[in-house]
Amino acid sequence: MTATSLTSTQGAGRAGDKVFSTAALAAGCFILAVLFGVALFLVVQAIPALTAPAAEIQGGEGFFAYIWPIVIGTIIAAAIALVIATPIAIGVALFISHFAPRRLASGLGYVVDLLAAIPSVIYGAWGAAFLAKEISPAYNWLAANMGWLPIFQGPASATGKTILTAGIVLSVMVLPIITSLSREIFLQTPKLHEEAALALGATRWEMIKMSVFPFARPGIISAVMLGLGRALGETMAVALVLSSGALTASLIQSGNQTIAAEIALNFPEASGLKVSTLIAAGLVLFIITLAVNMIARWIISRHKEFSGAN
Amino acid sequence: MSKRIDVKDLNVYYGDFLAVEDVTINIEAKSVTAFIGPSGCGKSTFLRTLNRMHEVLPGARVEGEVLLDGDNLYGPGVDPVTVRSQIGMVFQRPNPFPTMSIRDNVLAGVKLNNKKISKGEADVLVERSLKGANLWNEVKDRLEKPGSGLSGGQQQRLCIARAIAVEPQVILMDEPCSALDPISTLAIEDLINELKDQYTVVIVTHNMQQAARVSDRTAFFNIAGTGKPGKLIEVGDTHTIFSNPTQKATEDYVSGRFG
Repeated sequence: MTATSLTSTQGAGRAGDKVFSTAALAAGCFILAVLFGVALFLVVQAIPALTAPAAEIQGGEGFFAYIWPIVIGTIIAAAIALVIATPIAIGVALFISHFAPRRLASGLGYVVDLLAAIPSVIYGAWGAAFLAKEISPAYNWLAANMGWLPIFQGPASATGKTILTAGIVLSVMVLPIITSLSREIFLQTPKLHEEAALALGATRWEMIKMSVFPFARPGIISAVMLGLGRALGETMAVALVLSSGALTASLIQSGNQTIAAEIALNFPEASGLKVSTLIAAGLVLFIITLAVNMIARWIISRHKEFSGAN
Repeated sequence: MSKRIDVKDLNVYYGDFLAVEDVTINIEAKSVTAFIGPSGCGKSTFLRTLNRMHEVLPGARVEGEVLLDGDNLYGPGVDPVTVRSQIGMVFQRPNPFPTMSIRDNVLAGVKLNNKKISKGEADVLVERSLKGANLWNEVKDRLEKPGSGLSGGQQQRLCIARAIAVEPQVILMDEPCSALDPISTLAIEDLINELKDQYTVVIVTHNMQQAARVSDRTAFFNIAGTGKPGKLIEVGDTHTIFSNPTQKATEDYVSGRFG
């Protein structure tokens, strides 16, 4: 009697298990299929550009000569954005999670989240019409006083539509992403660990260094990487703000270009091999983003043993 | 290296809510004092006022005096950070810093208080503290491994090592064995017996046998009902509290008639 009841596998609960595991498996496979489809499309469409004779590619010196300046430009713009946004975002997130009075904290949280709701074309318009104009005196000053640094070499752009302006606009755009993710992570720091630090005689800042940051470190890296993904791929704001041109070391002259903006600006009028070239550029952007994410995962997993998870 | 604590007319509040009312108690140096009482009677809350951890919660405050060898912990100009570095605390659940190695966990408080310490001094201190917490033999070969990899009882002894590494005047323990198995509990109780040679120890416990085993003096806290403040009913030698208490409520509690 007991044997039959033990081997009985009928029942609604078991059916629910099957439905759920099938649905989860399907969802997982779907993501992989989409990713594979996109990658396949990019590779197939890019092959003509990669195999074409050098003279036929825009610029006349082959695909590599065409792509590498805009790869560098993309990385410069994203790096500027992260260098500006990361410390501010972590500071704001810490203020909201550990320093601000409760009422102020929730209000500030909403405001930061609102920043993420603004469409990128608005940021682009703001950067092009307002920020570029207002910031160009600062560029003149940089050129005059710090011009010996290659990155601030003059003469500064008169319009202010430079890669540095684009980077600043991008930093405002990635700020809410990094801030709200970091804030969530900071709030999840176990009370137990915060109290352990305080009970040892830590000041509030020491407590944050001892218990909040180590706990939040993988989360901060993920947040920064998500911000980096947005900065690398952002199209509209850069296309509007940057007056593009050849690769230059100076951040305050016009020049440089990013992959996403290059594709957006040229795609509507492209045909034949030009389309293929732009798609190949898209493939390169795809690979860069993939690499960034894998590096982030590697950084996080390197310290798994010491993470707050166990 | 140990000081006495005298509490005078202490009221403890969470916002407007009076959680513990009018406690006056003397805690002797180099002895173990146990706080017992039913859940919610305010014994843990009261314990946290002794190193100013209570006020970490928003809205929490106290009225009255806590004197550490005559110095009021709540006097004007007293820095709670300094208070906490002199009065160590061990929590209900073991809480070693998960991202630090065993060695760094022991040194965590020391690095806060006098910042620079040579490697040789640090080695000596780590060994002395871990020996003081009866943990040295179990971890001496894996000091660089994370503290979170130890068993619960070992983690709790690591937390005690961390607390004694800064050579505090007093060690507060908030139900240190409630998350541990009987063997680990026994190890901690043995350790408490050794600690009182050097430190003033205050322990909150739910377990009356534990209070009877480890403490020299026992304080019984009680609460009249939900929403009422907790009160100190009686304090005295552990033997007297368990065999011949003066208050009926204490007798009912220690004889198992309620709580």
